[in-house]
Amino acid sequence: MEFTRRDTLGLALGAAALTVLPFRANAAAEDAIAEFTGGADMAEGGVTLTAPEIAENGNTVPIEVSAPGAAAIMVLATGNPEPGVATFNFGPLAAVQSASTRIRLAGTQDVVAIAKLADGSFAKASATVKVTIGGCGG
Amino acid sequence: MASGVKPRVKVPKTAAAGEAVTIKTLISHKMESGQRKDKEGNIIPRSIINRFTCAFNGEMVIDVTMEPAISTNPYFQFDATVPEAGEFVFTWYDDDGSVYDESKSISIA
Amino acid sequence: MNFKALTAIVAVVATPLSAVAGPDEDALVVNEEIEMVTQTAAPAHLSDALDEIYSGWRFRSDETQSLQMDDFDNPALVFVDQAQDAWGTVDGTEGKSCSTCHGAVDESMAGVRAVYPKWNDEAGEVRTLVTQINDCRVNQMGAEKWKYTGGEMAAMEALISVQSRGLPVNVAFDGPAQETWEMGKEIYYTRYGQLELSCANCHEQNYGNMIRADHLSQGQINGFPTYRLKNAKLNNAHARFKGCVRDTRAETFSPGSPEFVALELYVASRGNGLSVEGPSVRN
Repeated sequence: MEFTRRDTLGLALGAAALTVLPFRANAAAEDAIAEFTGGADMAEGGVTLTAPEIAENGNTVPIEVSAPGAAAIMVLATGNPEPGVATFNFGPLAAVQSASTRIRLAGTQDVVAIAKLADGSFAKASATVKVTIGGCGG
Repeated sequence: MASGVKPRVKVPKTAAAGEAVTIKTLISHKMESGQRKDKEGNIIPRSIINRFTCAFNGEMVIDVTMEPAISTNPYFQFDATVPEAGEFVFTWYDDDGSVYDESKSISIA
Repeated sequence: MNFKALTAIVAVVATPLSAVAGPDEDALVVNEEIEMVTQTAAPAHLSDALDEIYSGWRFRSDETQSLQMDDFDNPALVFVDQAQDAWGTVDGTEGKSCSTCHGAVDESMAGVRAVYPKWNDEAGEVRTLVTQINDCRVNQMGAEKWKYTGGEMAAMEALISVQSRGLPVNVAFDGPAQETWEMGKEIYYTRYGQLELSCANCHEQNYGNMIRADHLSQGQINGFPTYRLKNAKLNNAHARFKGCVRDTRAETFSPGSPEFVALELYVASRGNGLSVEGPSVRN
């Protein structure tokens, strides 16, 4: 397995985040995932999460999720005090299983999307969003 | 009802039968997260819209469970199939029990 | 710290960031219809200081920029809708609404935002849109003033601004307005606060550079009132001025004060030629 410089940096940041984050925040995200998937394995691929690499302000971060054929997509912000963001349930008249919204991120962190696919399996995607601090006012 | 809540919805006026249309919705709501404190240091109680739904002629397009991490003035964009002429109904459910709705009719061109 | 030292430090800090320095090259078209001028030759009075003037939109990220390109993506339009309701709502002792005198807002207010702040002969003073709205409320409607930087006021400013979107900012600062304009210019170049910063230090000498993680714009106000992602509401120019002066660690002037009215006229005149964008979206 090869790591790009970016991957390595990401891992290092992730490890740092795991170290400093309050234990409960991660546990809460894991609990939410377990509740959604029933503990099933999650494949990579099958769900797309689009988020900016750098958010100009953490109060309003545009994201889009998409998973062709999915029944539902859950979005979590793993570094927020409460990781839950939204769960999109798609009905028969959803033309595509895709939606956009704007979310709050308490700081730089991984945003995770988990889709329940048409065959009942689950897929996961994640994106690291860097949340910047403003100019003088912060 | 929380004051000043007002939906804003973009739906095309016409579509071809079976066509997919893009829908955009915005509603004014402060989405108080329950994480903030007032000047005296007391937690400001959570007060959010916790669910948003869109249905067309009674059939579901999307049903969203919303948490406090959804930004102030919640925005959603999604695509819906329009099988026939009819009416989209959009509904927002507030923590305080209020329900806000908006409807838009669409005709077949 | 003297001026040269500060400039030198900024220059050193800015050099490695030259890849992000300056405005981007994106074009702003709202609703696939209104083509905005976000870059143009500086007005004559500024030609010694700047060659080109740029809208703040050009300094924002693609994600933030896109929020202003469609009126159903731009959250400010929710408040424009609210102000549209307020426009037709009777308030005060005289039984009048805005529309009683002004009729349809899209007709009577077309072009108004572009020329404000504006000298008012009868009153013998420069009026901002806000002071004019409150004058109407008190003297025509018999209603209470709205708070200068409050939500109702910012929404009404936004509604009026929408009627001028795409028109060039064209404030007059000669004749009777000149004295006020000169006062505003002096404030613009005066260093305030413990940080001893003037408007010009950031927005004339260092636009395009980074101030911490933020990309400094020219501080143009053609997009005001603006919906800020930071506080998720409409902010008018005086609210922003107050924030800026506070951030220099100074006692600020009050919104609506003669100083901020003068500063608004002067700053608006620095944007003569840019399109009215309000309500814009910024970070």
